[in-house]
Amino acid sequence: MIEKIIISGFGGQGIMVLGQLLAYAGMIEGKAVSWIPSYGAEMRGGTANCSVVISDKDIPSPVVSEANTIFAFNSPSLEKFESRIIKGGLLFINSSLVKIMPTRKDIKVIKVPANDIANELGNMKVTNMVMLGAYIKAAKAVSVNSIIQALKKVLPPRRHNLIPLDEEALKKGAVFA
Amino acid sequence: MEERLLMKGNEALAEAAIRAGCRCFFGYPITPQNEIPEYMAKRMPQVGGVFLQAESEVSAINMVYGAAGAGVRAMTSSSSPGISLKQEGISYMAGAELPCVVVNVMRAGPGLGGIQAAQGDYFQATKGGGHGDYYTLVLAPGSVQEMMDLTFDAFDLADKYRNPVLILCDAILGQMMEPVELKDEFITQLQPKPWATVGAKGREPNVINSFYVSAEEQEEHNIKLFTKYQRMRNEEVRVETWRMEDAEIALVAYGTVSRIAKAAVELMRQEGIKAGLIRPITLFPFPEKTIHDLAFNVKAFSVIEMSMGQLVEDVRLAVKGVAPVKFYGTTGGRLPTPESIFQKAYELMNELTRGENGCYEKIIR
Repeated sequence: MIEKIIISGFGGQGIMVLGQLLAYAGMIEGKAVSWIPSYGAEMRGGTANCSVVISDKDIPSPVVSEANTIFAFNSPSLEKFESRIIKGGLLFINSSLVKIMPTRKDIKVIKVPANDIANELGNMKVTNMVMLGAYIKAAKAVSVNSIIQALKKVLPPRRHNLIPLDEEALKKGAVFA
Repeated sequence: MEERLLMKGNEALAEAAIRAGCRCFFGYPITPQNEIPEYMAKRMPQVGGVFLQAESEVSAINMVYGAAGAGVRAMTSSSSPGISLKQEGISYMAGAELPCVVVNVMRAGPGLGGIQAAQGDYFQATKGGGHGDYYTLVLAPGSVQEMMDLTFDAFDLADKYRNPVLILCDAILGQMMEPVELKDEFITQLQPKPWATVGAKGREPNVINSFYVSAEEQEEHNIKLFTKYQRMRNEEVRVETWRMEDAEIALVAYGTVSRIAKAAVELMRQEGIKAGLIRPITLFPFPEKTIHDLAFNVKAFSVIEMSMGQLVEDVRLAVKGVAPVKFYGTTGGRLPTPESIFQKAYELMNELTRGENGCYEKIIR
């Protein structure tokens, strides 16, 4: 198993943290993992993205040119990365914000109204977790349990009180997968 | 006890430096190496060391000169344009035989360039870099684990040879997170440095200098330096060969590109092309012998780098015309993909089977 993921959206949508959670969860499960962020001037003007690889074996290249899975948290992300999904790959769209339609017919598209659900849960900070819930259910690359453990590593201690809400968000997101 | 952590390359490197006994860090901000001074600013006070953000790169390297002269393990880091500014100081340290570690997290150039990953500083790193007759030992990590391990070694090598050691990595290696095994090893006691200027009470003063008035003395000094570089060539060469046992085509790459090249080797193997990878870990001293010896076993070399053809020159010098050497590069901050490396290698193999390999020049253009 080698899972190559690109996560993309606005700065502030929890893109980098989502990538780190996946990498940490993979590591907790004893897999080889890597995480590469976009950085610097690329981040200014609103788009942030990161690449994550989770693999049973050593990862030859941490650089993701073609991905099994893309997360598009906003429209520019969909435009930028849709062409880089492998045939039969997964595309997760934050349908609360992305109003354009993907053009590919050879991939599986999963739409998650992540902002709306996070809003219902009362905290926009869990938008990324809603998307992640759908991903875990659909891709089965890492378990929910590992993500919970990873949250304790990635989140600063003062944010650990959010973990139950994160779990709730994961469940709500899973419904859409 | 070994601890497994997910760390950024820049942070892993900084933590390794602390554990290797580095107690002075002098730096100046520049993307994409900022996590190193950031980490040092937090960590150095915890171990009783000095973190100082200098007013410029030139100041920072000269502070390293001072600290190294006092026998302290010292380091500075920067990215390409900043490393150019440090070259005067690096040359002075090579001349004065001072140990230090300099980190270059390469970005695109020339000039101010871009902030994406590149490898255009290969010549600067491996051929001296500043003025005068000298070399620095150059280590090229290929993973976050190696960012840590090679940094640890860099301080030992610097002390062993009393020479600057350069860690040449790139923006991807600096920014990337991978799991690392943190060795529970902290160096607190250094080997004695009887040459250091630490107060001359009761003995003759030590002099740290790179100034020689007479040509004879300067020549003698330079010959001594080059005896040292020859010893590095004999003792310090490091290279990884991967799937080379039955390889017909050898990819040659270092740093981030070597990782992408590994994925390309896997692609080629899936298509029945016998490919392998040669990854120089020391860029100076260069693994000439390994490459020359393997030239008799392969049909061709494909050298891949994020520059317009620098590493390829050392590969050609090592191969000595035994096999064709073809160059494939990206520049400006663009990365090659496994697919594009595969394509270039595939074209090269086709040229060879069409018999065009009779003429070496034809292959390399």
